[in-house]
This record gives sequence, C-alpha cells and structure tokens, in this order.
Amino acid sequence: MNLRDTLTLSFSTVVSYRTRSLLIVLAMALGVAAVVVLTALGEGARRYVVGQFSSLGTNLVIVLPGRAETSGGLPGAALGQTPRDLTLDDALFISHLPQVKRYAPLNVGVAELSAGGKLREVTVLGSTAELLPIRHMKLSQGSFLAHGSERSAQIVLGSVLAHEFFPDGNAVGQRVRLGDSRFMVSGVLAVQGESMGFNSDEIAIIPVDYAQELFNTNTLFRILVEARSRNAIEPAKAAIAHALKLRHDGEEDVTVITQDAILATFDRILRALTLGVAGIAAISLAVAGILVMNVMLVAVAQRTSEIGLLKALGAPASDIRRLFFAEALWLSLAGGAIGYALGNLGAWGIRLAYPTLPAWPPAWASAAGVATALLTGVIASLLPAARAARLDPVLALSGK
Amino acid sequence: MIRLTSITRVFRMGDQEVRALNGVNLDIASGEYVSIMGPSGSGKSTLLNVVGLLDRPDSGRYELDGSDVTDLSETERARVRREKIGFVFQSFHLVPRLTAAENIELPLMLEGIAPAERKSRVDTALDAFDLKDRARHRPAELSGGQRQRVAIARATILRPTALLADEPTGNLDHRIGAEVMELLEGLHHAGTTLIVVTHDRELGARAHRHIAMRDGEIVGDEK
Repeated sequence: MNLRDTLTLSFSTVVSYRTRSLLIVLAMALGVAAVVVLTALGEGARRYVVGQFSSLGTNLVIVLPGRAETSGGLPGAALGQTPRDLTLDDALFISHLPQVKRYAPLNVGVAELSAGGKLREVTVLGSTAELLPIRHMKLSQGSFLAHGSERSAQIVLGSVLAHEFFPDGNAVGQRVRLGDSRFMVSGVLAVQGESMGFNSDEIAIIPVDYAQELFNTNTLFRILVEARSRNAIEPAKAAIAHALKLRHDGEEDVTVITQDAILATFDRILRALTLGVAGIAAISLAVAGILVMNVMLVAVAQRTSEIGLLKALGAPASDIRRLFFAEALWLSLAGGAIGYALGNLGAWGIRLAYPTLPAWPPAWASAAGVATALLTGVIASLLPAARAARLDPVLALSGK
Repeated sequence: MIRLTSITRVFRMGDQEVRALNGVNLDIASGEYVSIMGPSGSGKSTLLNVVGLLDRPDSGRYELDGSDVTDLSETERARVRREKIGFVFQSFHLVPRLTAAENIELPLMLEGIAPAERKSRVDTALDAFDLKDRARHRPAELSGGQRQRVAIARATILRPTALLADEPTGNLDHRIGAEVMELLEGLHHAGTTLIVVTHDRELGARAHRHIAMRDGEIVGDEK
C-alpha cells in the first residue's frame, strides 16, 4: 500500500467516525490553543515591560548622586563627609566624553502653577532642550525648550495641565506663574500616559537654571546621558564613573546605572515566566496524547474483524501499522491546526480587550505547540498500531 | 496446485489439547472444484485457514504452486495471500465505511496499483458481477446477495489461483445462495481452483470432488 492510499484511506476513516474524531481533535486543539494563548500573554507582558523601559529612552545611562553600595575601607560618611553633589558643571564635563551622544541634567520639584485665576500644584522638571530626544517625548503644540535659551523663561506643559488651564487649546504663548516667577508657555507635550509609574501628562518642564533658582539649589537630581550606540553603553558608563571620580577628588560618590541592565533582568524573568506557562500548557497536550492513545486502542478493539479482513486480503503488518499511525497523524494534525487558529483568535481577543498589552504569540511557541501535538499524537498511536498489526488473522476475522 | 503433507494444527483450550488438524495429507490440482464437509469442530475451517495461509500449521509441509510456503515470514505470507488466494466468508466481511466500489478496490490498493488502472479494473468487476448501479452504495444499503457479490468481486479482483469459500451461502436464502454458487462455479469454469467449506450436503454435492472430515482427519475423498 503506498503512502497516498494510506493517507486517503485513514482520512476517510477519521471522517466516518465523526464524533470520536471531533472529540480528540477538540482535546488536541484546546491544548495547542492553551500553549499559544498563554505564551502570547507571557510574551505580551515581556514586550509591555520592555516597551515601557524603551519609552524612557534608548541607550540611556543615568547618573545619580550618592553611592548605592556598601564599600569597605573608610567611607566618606564616617569621616563626616557627605557625598558630593552632582552639579551642572559635572554634567557639562561628562558631555565632552567621546562615548556620550547627548545629555540632559534633571531637577525635580513641586511648585504651584497658576494662570487665569486657576491654581494647582505640579511636578516640575528642570532640564535642557536635549531632554526631549533623550526621553522620547513628543509635543502636540508649539516647541520645546529652545537650544541655548536656558536663560529664557519658557515652560512646557503636560497635556493634562494644558487642558486644565487652557481648555480652549490655545496654551502656546500664554503667560503662567510658577512659584514666584512668570513663564511663557512654549509648547504642550503630546498625551503619553503613564510610563513606569510616572505620568508625563501632569508635569511642567522649565529650563534647568530656573528650576535650580526655583528650588533654591545648585545640585542636580539626575543626569540623563544617551550613549552613542548600544555597544557604547558600557564604555560610557565606565568613562562617566571614571571622569566623575577624577572630578570628585578620587571619591566614588555617584552611581551610574544603565537602563539595559534593568531591562535585561526583566527580560530574563519574563522569558522564564513565558516558558513556564508554556510548559504547563504543554501538559494538557500530553493529556490529549493519552486520550488519543485510549481512543486508538478502542478503535483497534472495535475494528478487530476489519483488521482480520485486511490481513486475509494480504495486507502485511506494516500496512496495518501505518494505517493506524496515519489515522493518529490526521487527528493530531487537525487538532494542531485548529488549536493554532483558536489560540491566535484568543490572542487577538486579548489584544482587543487590552490594547496596551502586545499579546502576540511568539513563533517558537506556536511551532512548539503544534509540533508537540503531532508528536504526542503519533507517539500515542505507536502502541495501538503495533497491537493491531500483531493481531492473529484467524482470531481477528472472527472478531475475537 | 496445493499439496499438504502431514499437516498438524493443535489448539490449547485450558489444559486440554485439541488437534484441529491431525496429520492431514491433501493434494488439490489447479482448477479443481472441491467441497470440504464435516461436522462442527471437524477441522474443516482450520484446513481452509491453513490452505489460505491465514493460519500456520504446527508441523507438516505445505507446497503452493510448487514452492514451499510452510516457513515463510509473516510479510511473505501476506504477499502470497494477496497474489494467490481469494477468501469468501459467510459474513461477507465488507468494510462498512467504504462503498461497494471501494471495497472491491481494497486488494488493488494493498497491491500498490496506480489509481487509473484500479478504476478501470473495478469498473470491469462491477460490470461482471452486475453491481454497476450499486457502486456508490455502502454495505448497509446492499442486499445479502449483493454484499456477497461485492465480496466475491473483491476476492477475485487480483485473479487469485485459488478461491476459498467458507460457508459462502450460510447467510443467504436458498435462491440467492444458488445464484452466488453459480457465480463461484462460473469463476471455477474460468480456471480458478475453488474450495468450498460447507455444512450443506446439497451445496457440497455440486463440487466435483468431495472431502469429508472428522476430528481433524480426512475420512473421505471421492470424485
């Protein structure tokens, strides 16, 4: 019996035992669909977190004052010294490093914003024009803080603030009061929503000098640095740490972190999570495989006299084995395909229900799900097929 | 040509040994029409199964068309069955899922014959057995006589040298049974060796050679 005939004959058998076949296919399909949907969820969570981090900026190196590490020897604090502050000069100094593409000093504080008789407290960022590209911010109106105009009293409002103070939408060019100083609105940020728990829709951004004046400080909260490339992140981190150590009289009193390191950790955790749920879903496939085996064993018992007939007609054991094998293959193939479709439908539903979650099933998981279905189905058919092939023709013909 | 020499087949029933065939010697020439008769348990079906290579004798020697087939492997026995033996059963043994035409096609499929040739040979067989208008019917939609005609068409589609019929009319009424026997005898006239196992004396008498069996032994052989 050739391959084509084996496949056609077993296919017609699968079709004629409709209820039985549907139930197996359903069990298989649910297993595959579970793998696809659960990995889509895991992968979606991973992409969501990675996306949140990337929205903070790419190739980002962050400098913060103070040492976030227990050190041996004689720490400065023990000698009554406080860690040196980060200053604008520090920021300017590291901007000359070759690995640094651009930088933005950052000051953060809270102040009262008032305009047109309205008043509220807002979070104020003090920075420079470079903040916009480094933090991947977008404007909906006007312009950002102009380059080299650190001394001009401009303010950029978050979209919610702009709407609250100027519901007519004509915020640009208006005058507002922040603390004791007057500012002119130069632009409005586009709606960005929350990112890493920080809502950029309700902030106001002013030049860093004004911020230092406003908060009466000459120190910086952070220096945001963008490295020239992905490969330059680690060298940039080392160079910045080294440069600031030199500037701070050999004292390692700043912490330089890279977004990449944090990101990589999250990436690893969430990948492991995805693998874990995929593994759990795969167990349901193994169960489906056992179901296939059970049903195939019943089929062999049911069709004993038919197997005897095939033997009487001169079918060798290998033909009979292949027929049952092909039958299981059809069932798992149908289960795998339907499960794949079902899983993708489910993932689509999730994306529809939670648009922020990019729940796309990863290709490897879909492939592995379908492959596991095929494999378990085929393995599960080995025993029944062998049993059918071994039947004694005389006994089988009499249905025993 | 079939030649059985000292064929013994023993079944074990609990701690009892049943000699279904006890030193059977039998020569059947090509083209003979033989009936095998005897009471239940006389070993006539076992003899037919051994001749048809469905069953393996415990001892003795079996020659088919001049070659020793006693010790062939299972796969080789399947090939010999396919090429030289046609079985006709009392209960027809049609595959219920397949149509009449597909049932007849089965041996051709097992033999690995190309679909186009299969179709023409099945069409010829449907014509010859007067089943043309029943080709697309499943066994459940056929009468007993039609089912046995499908079974005979299937048994002969590969033109076997020997046709082995085990109570071929056992499930049919007298008139239809006679029609089926005429069909089988027609095949015998065309040159096929025909061996019929039956209880029915009238049926057995139609054969040209009558073999009587009792307790696993041949007790009568008349022409």
